[in-house]
Amino acid sequence: MESLLNQVPIGLSIGAVLLLIALGLTFTFGQMGVINMAHGEFIMAGAYTAYMLQGWAGGQAVLVALPVAFLIAGALGWILERTAIRHFYGRPLDTLLLTWGVSLVLQQAARDLFGAPNVQVDAPSWLTGRIEVAGANLPYSRLFILGLAIACVVGISVYMNRSRQGRRMRAVMQNRELAAVSGVATGRVDQFTFFLGSGLAGVAGVALTLIGPVGPSLGTYYIVDAFLVVVAGGLGQLKGAVIAALALGMLNSFTEFWTDASLAKVIVFAAIIAFLQFRPQGMFVLRSRALT
Amino acid sequence: MRKKFFRPLAAALVLPAALLTACGGESGDTAEAGAAGNTIKVGVLHSLSGTMSISEVTVKNSELLAIEEINAKGGVLGKKLEPVVEDGASDWPTFAQKAQKLIKKDKVATVFGGWTSASRKAMLPVFERNKALLWYPVQYEGLESSPYIFYTGATTNQQIVPGLDYLKEKGKKKIYLVGSDYVFPRTANKIIKAYAKANGMQILGEEYTPLGHTEYSTLVNKISDAKPDAVFNTLNGDSNVAFFKQLKSAGFDAAKLPVMSVSIAEEEVKGIGVPNIEGQLVAWNYYQTTSGATNDAFVKAFQAKHKGAVTSDPMEAGYNAVHLWAAAAEKAGSVEVEAVKKAAAGISLDLPEGKVTIDGPTQHVYKTARIGVIGKDGLIKEVWSSKEPIKPDPYLKSYPWASGLS
Repeated sequence: MESLLNQVPIGLSIGAVLLLIALGLTFTFGQMGVINMAHGEFIMAGAYTAYMLQGWAGGQAVLVALPVAFLIAGALGWILERTAIRHFYGRPLDTLLLTWGVSLVLQQAARDLFGAPNVQVDAPSWLTGRIEVAGANLPYSRLFILGLAIACVVGISVYMNRSRQGRRMRAVMQNRELAAVSGVATGRVDQFTFFLGSGLAGVAGVALTLIGPVGPSLGTYYIVDAFLVVVAGGLGQLKGAVIAALALGMLNSFTEFWTDASLAKVIVFAAIIAFLQFRPQGMFVLRSRALT
Repeated sequence: MRKKFFRPLAAALVLPAALLTACGGESGDTAEAGAAGNTIKVGVLHSLSGTMSISEVTVKNSELLAIEEINAKGGVLGKKLEPVVEDGASDWPTFAQKAQKLIKKDKVATVFGGWTSASRKAMLPVFERNKALLWYPVQYEGLESSPYIFYTGATTNQQIVPGLDYLKEKGKKKIYLVGSDYVFPRTANKIIKAYAKANGMQILGEEYTPLGHTEYSTLVNKISDAKPDAVFNTLNGDSNVAFFKQLKSAGFDAAKLPVMSVSIAEEEVKGIGVPNIEGQLVAWNYYQTTSGATNDAFVKAFQAKHKGAVTSDPMEAGYNAVHLWAAAAEKAGSVEVEAVKKAAAGISLDLPEGKVTIDGPTQHVYKTARIGVIGKDGLIKEVWSSKEPIKPDPYLKSYPWASGLS
């Protein structure tokens, strides 16, 4: 019974990881409709940023790396958008192939730069402990990821609802033509949205160094889950992504507890497919008067 | 437009074909595969890209080192060895394809290659069909003995059984099994369960996770709930990093819960991070720290070529394979497959792990089993060994408890 109760915080922390890796995608995939297969490699870039910074930041590398990784992954995303993706807007299949190719190139680049074996990022010493609450075992590293996910969600929602740039972003998302004729420079908004989404992937990558491997194929382990969260939550819906991530985390945690990891994956996939039969648009739908 | 495109394409296709026929004509289809001209071609087939490249590139490097050493001493039968390196790309059909290419097109005398059991199983029919020779350098799940494969890594009775013997000796009676979801862990666990039944040990749980799985908090919770004396870990690849990081952060270190791993060598320890795995147990046949002049020379030669690199069990087994094949060819006086196979039986060399002897009937090798503990420096220190090389027994015929397995 006690171990069953333990699965609640575990589900919560799985959900936090899912949310963190999917947040960036709610922008690039959810809002702009770009199926960015290289999103996982931006996560990888974030993780390697923490590794690189270890040289002079030492044990605090993870903390220092958060803003740096945001900028580096964001810059990578911005370059990708400027040089390639913008020529493929409205052609989802071509974009998919293009970004998949980019992801392979980035993986090989990481292999050439850092070598094929995994590298180790040391967790700060203040993140190595754990607390016990009512018999449940909560590692600090998991709490840190949970806190980071909450901070990111709050930051994004303030930005989207309160700032001028955020409102422009929503305007473009809801109706691109109308936004354009109202004087919003949609191209510039696209650039910035892509920068933001990719940057968030970098932040997720730094957090993942606490719990997982840091190697060239890191991104491939998370990319599918990230898309699942965004699709189940509803495209471009922050609220949807949060709820979907938590629901999937809980579902995963309990099905794995009662069955095993392989079967849990099957059940989660089946549940998402069944859910999408009833709500093909995901949990939340953006209502718009646009004709498209 | 179309014509312009096709002309260079056609030339590109025809030219190498023409060259090939020209070469073939010159050497005049010798009966001795690979021995044409002044060199002997040998194939080296590992994943140089994809997920498995992490491990396989290092084995390729140690095999090339052995080839260089042999060439420095004058080669085999007075001819220099010429390695033909191919990339299996972590993709099993590619392994079969590249094996076929090495045998048919390059006409290599033998091939050194493979890592995962899946890649070996994919290559096996190719070698049997062509009556060509493969040297496979990684510990595996046993229950196989192809007449065209030499196995220089450990079979189960040289790695897993000694690992269990060690746990039993230490009084660990309640064991939890954790593995990746594919052939090696599932077969290994079948053997472990049969062993446990016969030795009064209890298996508290048996869990598999998909390859590349990175979320282990639920599994750690299950383990903590079951309260085992030890975990027997057959996870493979990157999952090990996630497993040990999350096990450690949940408060389980080596003192609280010993984990015996069979797929973690020196190279993997670096990626997991020493603080996460310090003090944990591994079962292999060779460590970088294994004592002996032959090993000192091997480590020194390897590190001279690859700065800061570590040497691991599969690398050593790959290095051994090249030397064993060369000795067999010298003894046979030919690189012809059947002659080499016949000569190989009983060949015994002093190699980095100690004395290694080829067992004729199974085409496996006698190996010394060693249990090691991961130290602060990331290297592995031997804490127990079988003293003598153990006779390979891939079908576990000499163990009564294993009679139901196959």
